[in-house]
Amino acid sequence: MTAHENADATPHGDALDKIDTGSAVVTDDGFENPGFPPHKPRQTDLDPQKEKRAERQVFGWFLLSMVGSVFAIVAYFAFPITESDLGSVRLNNLFLGLGLSLGLLGIGFGAVHWARQLMSGEEIAEDRHLTRGTEATRARAVEIFKLGDEESGFSRRSLIRNSLIAALALFPLPAVFMFRDIAPKEDAVEAIAHTMWEAGTRLALDPTGTPIKADDVTIGSAFHVIPFGMDNHAHDYLDQKALAVVLLMRLPAEDLNEVEGRRGWSYDGIVAYSKICTHVGCPVALYEQHTHHLLCPCHQSTFDVTNHAAVIFGPAARPLPQLPIAVDDEGYLVAQSDFTEPIGPSFWERQNHVNNDEHVQVLGQNTEDRA
Amino acid sequence: MTATQAARKQSLTSKASNYLDERTSISGAVSFLGRKIFPDHWSFMLGEVALYSFVAILISGTFLTFFFDPSMTHVPYEGSYVPLKGIGMSVAYHSALDISFDIRGGLLMRQVHHWSALLFVASIGLHMLRVFFTGAYRKPREINWVIGFLLFILAMAEGFTGYSLPDDLLSGNGLAIINGMVKGIPLIGTWISYFFFGGLFPGTAIVPRLYILHIMLLPAILIASLGLHMLLLIINKHTQFAGPGRTKGNVVGSPIMPVFAAKAGGFFFLVFGAIMLIASLVTINPIWNYGPYDPSPVSAGTQPDWYIGFADGALRLVPPGWEVELFGYTLTIAILAPMAVMGVFLVLVAFWPFIEAWITGDKREHHMADRPRNNPTRTAIGAAGIIFYAVMWAAASSDLMATHFSLNVFYVIHVLQALLILGPIIGFWLTKRIAIGLQKKDREMVLHGFESGRIVRKPGGEFIEVHQPVDEYERWRLTSFDAYEPTKERPNSAGRITAGTKIRGSLSRWFFEDRITPVTKSELEQSKHDH
Repeated sequence: MTAHENADATPHGDALDKIDTGSAVVTDDGFENPGFPPHKPRQTDLDPQKEKRAERQVFGWFLLSMVGSVFAIVAYFAFPITESDLGSVRLNNLFLGLGLSLGLLGIGFGAVHWARQLMSGEEIAEDRHLTRGTEATRARAVEIFKLGDEESGFSRRSLIRNSLIAALALFPLPAVFMFRDIAPKEDAVEAIAHTMWEAGTRLALDPTGTPIKADDVTIGSAFHVIPFGMDNHAHDYLDQKALAVVLLMRLPAEDLNEVEGRRGWSYDGIVAYSKICTHVGCPVALYEQHTHHLLCPCHQSTFDVTNHAAVIFGPAARPLPQLPIAVDDEGYLVAQSDFTEPIGPSFWERQNHVNNDEHVQVLGQNTEDRA
Repeated sequence: MTATQAARKQSLTSKASNYLDERTSISGAVSFLGRKIFPDHWSFMLGEVALYSFVAILISGTFLTFFFDPSMTHVPYEGSYVPLKGIGMSVAYHSALDISFDIRGGLLMRQVHHWSALLFVASIGLHMLRVFFTGAYRKPREINWVIGFLLFILAMAEGFTGYSLPDDLLSGNGLAIINGMVKGIPLIGTWISYFFFGGLFPGTAIVPRLYILHIMLLPAILIASLGLHMLLLIINKHTQFAGPGRTKGNVVGSPIMPVFAAKAGGFFFLVFGAIMLIASLVTINPIWNYGPYDPSPVSAGTQPDWYIGFADGALRLVPPGWEVELFGYTLTIAILAPMAVMGVFLVLVAFWPFIEAWITGDKREHHMADRPRNNPTRTAIGAAGIIFYAVMWAAASSDLMATHFSLNVFYVIHVLQALLILGPIIGFWLTKRIAIGLQKKDREMVLHGFESGRIVRKPGGEFIEVHQPVDEYERWRLTSFDAYEPTKERPNSAGRITAGTKIRGSLSRWFFEDRITPVTKSELEQSKHDH
């Protein structure tokens, strides 16, 4: 037992003395470790009846565990899942789970109870050693490296050593290039900078695809919109939809504060904005009709529809891009063109893909604190 | 008597053991490990909870792989959940629904998997806090701290990849956010997103790719790191709290065979059993309510799993308009700033042992776990870190706080923004004061004993409360801790005080200026004479 030794002593005491203690205060005036307090026996150590009882309790837990496991198997068959019946799923989940839980917990409680009440309760001390190897081991390790160096000539033959290092550095490089084709060959920036909208594309309801007549859009309403003619079986349906989704709203025309150059982008108080948040790209799905605010449910960026969807709160930096709309001969709402700037979150090359001929800049933000 | 002769006479067990040992030398491992000592303290179980919930994850996850199909091919739903019948969805979502509604015990295993994943990350976090506040990361355990940190990151990565697999509305929305964040990376962000998703978001590649990461690559790295973590635990031996009989040169506790094995083994069944019980009673991630992923709809009150909350919250706390145009290129500060803040925070956590070791300059091995009060500055830094993390985490529920308490969500954000800066400062100061106060109380106890509650009236009419001296065991527990003092900035061999020395000196002052040293023998003698 090392308990009575000075607290700083270890089996490697000498080595420790040389170790830098830094800014630690080392004192000789500390108290001495009093050693282990006298062992306190447990009830089960003193009373054979209590010991017997503890044994029965452990047995009880293990028995419960067996009952639980068997019950789980029974429950698997006794509570089958019947099609279209959610209640049966719930019962299967519940009773199978309860059986398994009992099977596990019984073993757990039994084993812990056994360890605490019946196994030796006395604590044992084990000596520690410095983590580093002994001096002899370390010397041998150094010697082995030296031998390896001498016998291979690793230091001496610098030409072949260095060429080996160069070869090893180069050989994984092809793997890096081989990952090029995890994305299509097309240019990434081109692909995300444009959407399906083009001049004359009708605005259609999401998800039915029914085209929308201007007359059907009543004041105060908001429609979730996709380009007409999207094929929802196409392999890139979701990709295109993720770029093209639009929110259509009709406000009293006098409520719209339209800037010069964008007056022709709306139709009789009907405006269309990209639904993809300019922050990190969640759908801006919450429209508050009386304040004309659009709220992104992910990070609470808030856009003011009366001011060209300017940011009034939250982490987004730019207004939602506006889709210029008009009405065709049959009274259906159509796009005048694609968006004049890339939709969605900002990216490095974004500026290069703003359509400078068509795009009309609006005020970035207009912070206010009304929800 | 030779080994073979002995084997002939002995029982089946010893025959089998002999057979094995003659082929594997396993007796060496048993004699090395069998009576290894593990000290007992409730806080040492947190790491065990992490380990055992990971086993529960592996078991339930393996079951799920037999039924899950990660393909993103578009199919109409034909399973038995009526509200979604005929609706188009990915095969991945379809098979996740099948696991929930058509496979007996499938929903149970899904819920075990999800609950144990939540518990896994939570227990790793708590385990890290225990190690931090007791200084158990000090030499020789710095490397094991870094490995543990890596395990924490891997656990979160596993959580996020797993969350994305069912391809329901919420998981797709989580990926949309990742996509937006990746695009914010300067210069290469657009291309990284393109490579990640195999083209446009969401594409048809992402779920199979995440699946391979989730079930093969990440678990392989995780299990290897876990093995290393355990190996170093065995080599370094466990830390222990100060106590009578416990010295820097020993480790006191129960041997693996039989007590620790029984307790730890039993505890595995308790943890697994508790997870199973929760999974059979409480629904988690009801993907059938969310519907298949579609870029257009999203519901209010969307929440990531709890451990991703701090990242989501960090995004929410950014004020409007943080974006710069630079030479025609866009720098999205609104994304880069929170990523940088989180990055710096995580790097500080990962390298903390080396920072502290540099400040103290203490090159000794440390095997005694500190009581948090005995290193007030470290404890205060930990508290400040917790508050910083907690504010970001709370911010991920800003909308829920607003709706549940009828507050203006904008004001909730403003308060949290202020708290992100002020909270850690106040928390640091408060914690340090509390820790020093507790140390003073400990000194008082050692020097003057504890209040016995016995009031005595002296002959002169004065009432005093009798103080009872602490016994030698308690005194040892209260006085055996490392004390430090600020380093003196000494010139180096060239006679110069370098900038590094100065920084170290000021950090050391910041750390150890306010300090309480343990009571010494002579102080106790002195205090006895005073009475």
